[in-house]
Amino acid sequence: MLRLEKRPQPSRGWTYGAPVLAVFLTIVLGMGLFALLGKDPLVAIRTIFWDPIFGPFAHFYRPEIIKKAAPLVLIAVGLSFGFRAGIWNIGAEGQYIIGAICGAAVALAFYPMDARWLIFPLMIAAGVLGGFLWAMIPALLRVRFNTNEILVSLMLVYVADVLIKAFSIGVLRNPEGFGMPGSRNLRQYPSAANLDLIPNSGLHWGSLVALFAVIFAYILFTRHHFGFQVRLAGQSPRAARFAGINANRLVILCLGISGALAGVAGMFQVAGPSGQILGSFPSFYGFTAIIVAFLGRLHPVGILCAGLIMALTYIGGQAAEAQLNLPAAAILTFQGMLLFCLLAVDVLTNYRFRLGQGEAR
Amino acid sequence: MDINPILLLAALMVASTPILLAAIGELVVERAGVLNLGVEGMMIVGAVCGYIAGHSSGDPYLGFLGAVFAGAAVSLVFAVLTQFLMTNQVATGLGLTLFGLGLSALIGMRAEGTPDLTVAKLALPILSDIPVLGAILFRHDLVVYLSILLVAGVWAFLTYTRAGLILRAVGENHEAAHALGYNVRLVRVLAILFGGGCAGLAGAYISLVRVPQWIDGITAGAGWIALAIVVFASWKPWRLIAGAYLFGGVTVLQLNLQAEGLKIPVEYLSMAPYLATIIVLVMIRAGRAPASLGKPFHPSS
Repeated sequence: MLRLEKRPQPSRGWTYGAPVLAVFLTIVLGMGLFALLGKDPLVAIRTIFWDPIFGPFAHFYRPEIIKKAAPLVLIAVGLSFGFRAGIWNIGAEGQYIIGAICGAAVALAFYPMDARWLIFPLMIAAGVLGGFLWAMIPALLRVRFNTNEILVSLMLVYVADVLIKAFSIGVLRNPEGFGMPGSRNLRQYPSAANLDLIPNSGLHWGSLVALFAVIFAYILFTRHHFGFQVRLAGQSPRAARFAGINANRLVILCLGISGALAGVAGMFQVAGPSGQILGSFPSFYGFTAIIVAFLGRLHPVGILCAGLIMALTYIGGQAAEAQLNLPAAAILTFQGMLLFCLLAVDVLTNYRFRLGQGEAR
Repeated sequence: MDINPILLLAALMVASTPILLAAIGELVVERAGVLNLGVEGMMIVGAVCGYIAGHSSGDPYLGFLGAVFAGAAVSLVFAVLTQFLMTNQVATGLGLTLFGLGLSALIGMRAEGTPDLTVAKLALPILSDIPVLGAILFRHDLVVYLSILLVAGVWAFLTYTRAGLILRAVGENHEAAHALGYNVRLVRVLAILFGGGCAGLAGAYISLVRVPQWIDGITAGAGWIALAIVVFASWKPWRLIAGAYLFGGVTVLQLNLQAEGLKIPVEYLSMAPYLATIIVLVMIRAGRAPASLGKPFHPSS
């Protein structure tokens, strides 16, 4: 009989091997899904995973991948702090939306003033602050009233969703927009636009900040006392208490960091790729980033790779939607399967399969 | 203002039923020591499958039945991952929600409704003739009664039966239950399947009765509110009813105020159920959660 046995120590090989195996398994399962939908599975997989990077139109797709990956990586790096410490910020989507609203509101307040040196930094600050404050609601409620941060942060996603819809037809609506919903397009306002720094490279300020966040998080985790506290609190809350780690401070810091990064991601998104405050602005990135964080094993460098892979499934998915008529929902299902596979193969890291009966089961 | 309180309260019961159904399922799951955050995902899969099964067969009750099986089927994924592959329950539950949202949109693309599918109201004899109360409480469809019966059944099961005692033991201390020779995993898998079935039924009630239509993302956070209500109820079945009806009340009142054309813009009113959830979570000191809630269990350790 096949049974599981706990490893004395997590396997190093599988720590790195598991995500690769998970991606592979998902591709196999995904081929089954695409076949069920009546698409040629090999063509679908090639369209999603190969063509955007190496295909004949790759020069068009590659910058798009980087632009998609930027918010995912930013949010996921922030989430990785809390997830390591066992603090579950599930409402990054809400913080992302609020960051976008705050950033855009600053830009719109200055419109049409021409002062990029002042407006753009202020927008970044507003995005950071907006996301941070939105995350402080679950953080402070947890610290003060011991409420569940998962539920509170999640409820605030729905609230943020309502707010952006209301603002897009209310206070932030474009006064010259002929009554259409949506704010002014920030891409057409040079002082606020977050465009590619080198044309068609996909590198805008958000991508650079995402890269910077990865490096910063790496240093924090490996070299700084705070990173140690986060890891200790996650692995052994009891030991953390004895070590004198202030759990409340950790909750506030972890939620604050993830909120701030999600907020700034939203601001870069609204000033760049999206351009407008619009009811359709929320795009599930805050939730997809959860998958990215786990796919990257809560490690900054891993998250960077995972963000790029996830962005690839989006861009490839869009290509497959256009070329093969593959429904957009199939990609969401595919991403969900990826998370399942990843969690499932993780068992190999901490356990090993053994044949035969063990001692007392 | 011209809101008929009797109609309002009757509508409240209909609005609360999906939340109550999903919550009673999750309560059993959590009492067995498992935290399944995938309620929203199971609900929406139940919603789309129930809708399709109901409309293609022409019988809403077949739709409900299909939804129960669909909800249980997706919860099986969660059960296998968390119980046999020892995955993190929080992450797996979230995965289930994301997966369910995608899968339901995929299945729902071809969902077609027939216009005249209605779930019959069942006025209970004698009781429904009581003035005021009769109209509020006793003129509903079967599922509304079923949801109350389920709460009573779960309460009796947990309080008076041996199986209920074992389930609670597994939730409080899985090591001890294991040492006593109970099959911890089996109990938990069954509890998860029950929770999935309830969530599926709850979803189908939204798509077949409450709305009734299939729209992407139709559950709109009801699954998460159900999770909050379990905390609100301190894991005690009867308190779920109070919690669910409170939220149903906020939802219905909010809709009625919108219809009344109140000064507050419509958009802001629709925040009310979510804000109410947060406020309640803050105000209610949650009771003690089952001691093994969310902890992974491996029989060898």
